[in-house]
Amino acid sequence: MKYAGLLVMPAGFFLSIAALVLFPDAAPRAAFVFCGLAVEALGLVVAVRGHMEPRGEDR
Amino acid sequence: MTTSPVAAVPGMTDAALVLCLVLLLVSPLSVAGVALINAGLGRSRSAAQALLGNLAIIAVSAIVFAVAGASLTGFAGGTGLAFHVAGKPWNWVGGSPLLLGGLAGTPLQSQLGLLFAFVALSLVTLIPWGSGADRLRLHAGAAIAAVMALLVFPLLAHWVWGGGWLGQLGVNFSLGAGFLDPAGAGTIHLMGGLSALTVIWVAGPRRGKFPKEGFATAMPGHNAAYILFGCMVTLVGWLAFNLAGAMLWVHASLAALPVTAINTLLLASGSLCATYTVTRIRFGKPDASLCANGWLTGLVASSACAAVVTPGVALTVGVIAGICTPLLVEFLELAVTIDDPSGAIAVHAGGGLLGLLTAGLFAPQPGQLVAQMVGIGAIVGLMLPLLYVLFRALDRFVPFRVEPDGERIGMDLHELGGGAYPEFVIHRDESYR
Repeated sequence: MKYAGLLVMPAGFFLSIAALVLFPDAAPRAAFVFCGLAVEALGLVVAVRGHMEPRGEDR
Repeated sequence: MTTSPVAAVPGMTDAALVLCLVLLLVSPLSVAGVALINAGLGRSRSAAQALLGNLAIIAVSAIVFAVAGASLTGFAGGTGLAFHVAGKPWNWVGGSPLLLGGLAGTPLQSQLGLLFAFVALSLVTLIPWGSGADRLRLHAGAAIAAVMALLVFPLLAHWVWGGGWLGQLGVNFSLGAGFLDPAGAGTIHLMGGLSALTVIWVAGPRRGKFPKEGFATAMPGHNAAYILFGCMVTLVGWLAFNLAGAMLWVHASLAALPVTAINTLLLASGSLCATYTVTRIRFGKPDASLCANGWLTGLVASSACAAVVTPGVALTVGVIAGICTPLLVEFLELAVTIDDPSGAIAVHAGGGLLGLLTAGLFAPQPGQLVAQMVGIGAIVGLMLPLLYVLFRALDRFVPFRVEPDGERIGMDLHELGGGAYPEFVIHRDESYR
């Protein structure tokens, strides 16, 4: 899980970069950059969950 | 891939250059303040190791950066390596000589930019050291600093300050003035906070922090006087660093500097008052270390936005930072089980993000918010995985974590053979029952 999350994060970054190159108009460019950040956030959440300390009976 | 000249920056007057030099000579007080805060937030039995570690990290990172890192950073007006996509240059790494070769022949403004990078590097490498307190070896701290000074920080500093692709987003893609980060909210603090998170993931929590049953064990800092005096010292350093950054990277005129200084103070003040109120409501009494974290978060946020917002906005953002900081510290510790003794992730990563977004929202140029989001995306999406891979690999050669016995007797005795307070009686830690 932790590695999957960390692999997803660069994908979000490249989505943002692709938006700069592919969309000259401001609105779709901003939307795709925002989507890229959302993908990064998703990857970060997965990585954080993968690194959480086991608690209680899971330990 | 081609070698291409990096865009030059507008020149500064002689008076501005002298003032900038003086400010940069005062700015290491911010580093000293952070070092004091880090030491105070750790345990008494690790205080000497924490402070020696701060010095060692500053020394190692400065040497590594001077030998090789600075050549990757480059400077505006120098050369860099670029590739071209869609007809636009993407300058991604500097191409200056090793060992600061040719520095004497470069313009004074470029030399000041390099001095700025040295101070920034000292600050960014101290942040993960504070988060690894009480279990991170001295050797590991120095090795982490070396890796950051050799590769990670120089790359990012080039992108933002050295004429790299993030700084040129405005020229190439009409996104405001490019990624706006005059005093390092992203380059220093967001990056430092993410490196702290990575160090915590690799090193793990302190023994007894998250017991099998019940809540996380409270391990309060050992010296509130260090922490709070450190906050006062950071203010002086931060004022100087913010003003120097505004002069160097957003080309602020002398007339704009007093407002930048006032905004810095208002951000820190608003944040401290908000944290004081939140902790007073939540715990019945204000919490000194969380208030210090709130103060520091305000300063961190000011690194990006103090030069571009009005005093009213600065105060409002400071209050938001102060409300969020104690809640985020609590969330990270209790909900996500991250053992961060210095609160670096909430303070530096959280404050850095807030400052960068504020700069994007309130800067006058159109498209600035998108430029800020691209910059944040580069730091979080690219640098965090890179740091994780580098630190995991480094941990195999220089183990980050000390042996259990070292943690039990304290890092001072284990690593240095003597404590910071030799006349104190070291009491038994209740968390080891």
